[in-house]
Amino acid sequence: MEPAELLASYEQMMVIRRTEKAAHDLFLQGLVKGTTHLAAGHEAVAVGASAALRPDDYVFATYRGHHHAMARGATPQECLAELMSRATGLCGAKGGSMHLTKASTGMLGSYAIVGAHLPMAAGAAWSARLRGTEQIAVAFFGDGATNIGAFHEALNLAAVWKLPVLFVCENNLYMEYTPIADVTAVPRPAADRAPAYGIPGEVVDGNDVVAVQDVVARLAGRARAGDGPALLEALTYRHFGHSRADPATYRPAEEVERWLKHDPLDLARGRLVEMGVPEAVVAEADERATSLVAKAVEAAKAGPAPDPREALTDVWADGGAAWRT
Amino acid sequence: MADVITYREAVAEGIAREMRRDPAVVCLGEDIGEAGGVFKTTVGLFKEFGPKRVWDTPISEQAIVGAAMGAAMTGMRPVAEIMFSDFLACCWDYLANEIPKVRYMTGGQVTVPLVVRTANGGGLGFGAQHSQATENWALTVPGLKIAAPATPADVVGMMAAAIRSDDPVVFFEHKGLLATKGPPPPPDHVVELGRAAVVREGADVTLVALASMVPVALKAAELLSGEGIEAEVLDLRCLVPLDVATVLASLGRTSRLVTVEENPYQGGWGATLVSVVADEGFALLDAPVRRLAGECVPLPFADALEEEVIPTVDKVVAAVRGLAAY
Repeated sequence: MEPAELLASYEQMMVIRRTEKAAHDLFLQGLVKGTTHLAAGHEAVAVGASAALRPDDYVFATYRGHHHAMARGATPQECLAELMSRATGLCGAKGGSMHLTKASTGMLGSYAIVGAHLPMAAGAAWSARLRGTEQIAVAFFGDGATNIGAFHEALNLAAVWKLPVLFVCENNLYMEYTPIADVTAVPRPAADRAPAYGIPGEVVDGNDVVAVQDVVARLAGRARAGDGPALLEALTYRHFGHSRADPATYRPAEEVERWLKHDPLDLARGRLVEMGVPEAVVAEADERATSLVAKAVEAAKAGPAPDPREALTDVWADGGAAWRT
Repeated sequence: MADVITYREAVAEGIAREMRRDPAVVCLGEDIGEAGGVFKTTVGLFKEFGPKRVWDTPISEQAIVGAAMGAAMTGMRPVAEIMFSDFLACCWDYLANEIPKVRYMTGGQVTVPLVVRTANGGGLGFGAQHSQATENWALTVPGLKIAAPATPADVVGMMAAAIRSDDPVVFFEHKGLLATKGPPPPPDHVVELGRAAVVREGADVTLVALASMVPVALKAAELLSGEGIEAEVLDLRCLVPLDVATVLASLGRTSRLVTVEENPYQGGWGATLVSVVADEGFALLDAPVRRLAGECVPLPFADALEEEVIPTVDKVVAAVRGLAAY
């Protein structure tokens, strides 16, 4: 990998990190309602995978999906405006934190029913094959999703139909508040299930953006060539709790410390320095990210509230909500 | 084309017509390929269109409907079959949380032009888990269009409208009607969704029915005519869009309303229709509204028991006689 490419990934991860911190702060200021599921710590999965995809590939994510939206073209301003219920938000403030979507760039949604989007990704991959476009679809999901039926139905269907789809598990060791190991019959909740469906199952350091990009590029190339789906388990860790309500006190201090020392940004920065990129250049990337997000926060705050009449639009393809004559 | 077509044949014919005119239409479901479907409603599709357009799936309702959704979001017009409507419960997340919400919660970014077809209703002795009339389940969810044709021609015409619709449609094919026959529809027959049909005119009472209850209402109307009571029978055809205008117009003529529903009284579609009439058409009424609906029990197995639960011609006749006193 060229230093410039890694530097770009690093900067994108920094933008996501700063945006998630901003989301956290804005929540505490009372400007974000409901809840948020922050992806700080997971940046390398989204950015590394995205770097390995074609611009027209499809991405499906979960309620912890801010990083995927941004990795696939959503701006911090659009995302933060959505979180702050502004008309200028990514979904016109109809979706909120859990449903960030940027369909125009193939980021086809963030879904908050665990596992539901895996069959959708299989369907998008099926569609790509029927249309002969050589696109692939990627579903990102948490470790908790590996124990729900839709996961297993999607894997089997994708395998028997040999669909160009990648299933990427962000294993952050906890399904909400419970260690995934306590509720799963196998040590690797995703990768260990792959053999049952006759598809490759791999494990990668999900905090290493280069490793993620490499393995996704390989599995994507395979899927695009018609060799079928694969299951990737990316080991990572969340820096915040499950959601805003969760201080994550159930995680042992030494475990938290170990993972914080294995921060995806630190790893990428170390690699850049090894490649000979001057620290000043890295610091400039940090400053650009910080400045971009600071401006995004202010611009998002300045957005108008949605027109209440918008509540009765967008149910149907004609733009309306009429259910009767 | 033959002089008559069965409701069963009409399903395959309706799908085939759309597959011929639009290469984006693809079918998926359990046993729908060479087997032609357990109800033989997809006979001939695999032979004509082949395995690239007609896909057999595993018994995985979530994967079927979820994959249909993903394909619909990306340029296809999938027609997914859920073998029995009772099995919609196995993929209800997609019909309650995913398909009807995705356009709205993304601020209109995503379109989901798909049809979920399913064999609905009782009368064939399949027991409690293969016999329910579940159209009212779908009616609880804003964002789904709901079609339930009663005649072969309507099956073809409403199938065309459903597949061409850019909105998701749940298409209920009634098991009890599959063997019924009717005139074949003309080429390019399209029945716009949300248009009820006045299938019998009458001045004394309006019977609003859906799917298999339409022939029940018509038979009751014939018997009532012998007693000097002329019933107007409306085939609602769709629950969403709900053709309230046609119902209110009919009540303007008859001033009496009876709904004839197979789904349970508890939460049945008639409750929604009647509440709209109470809101907007109360002044039109000269008599209390009657709802004839399924009893609020699981569908039993034996004929004698099933007939006790589902509205029959005799029950409709008795209900209408009761209103004639007003």
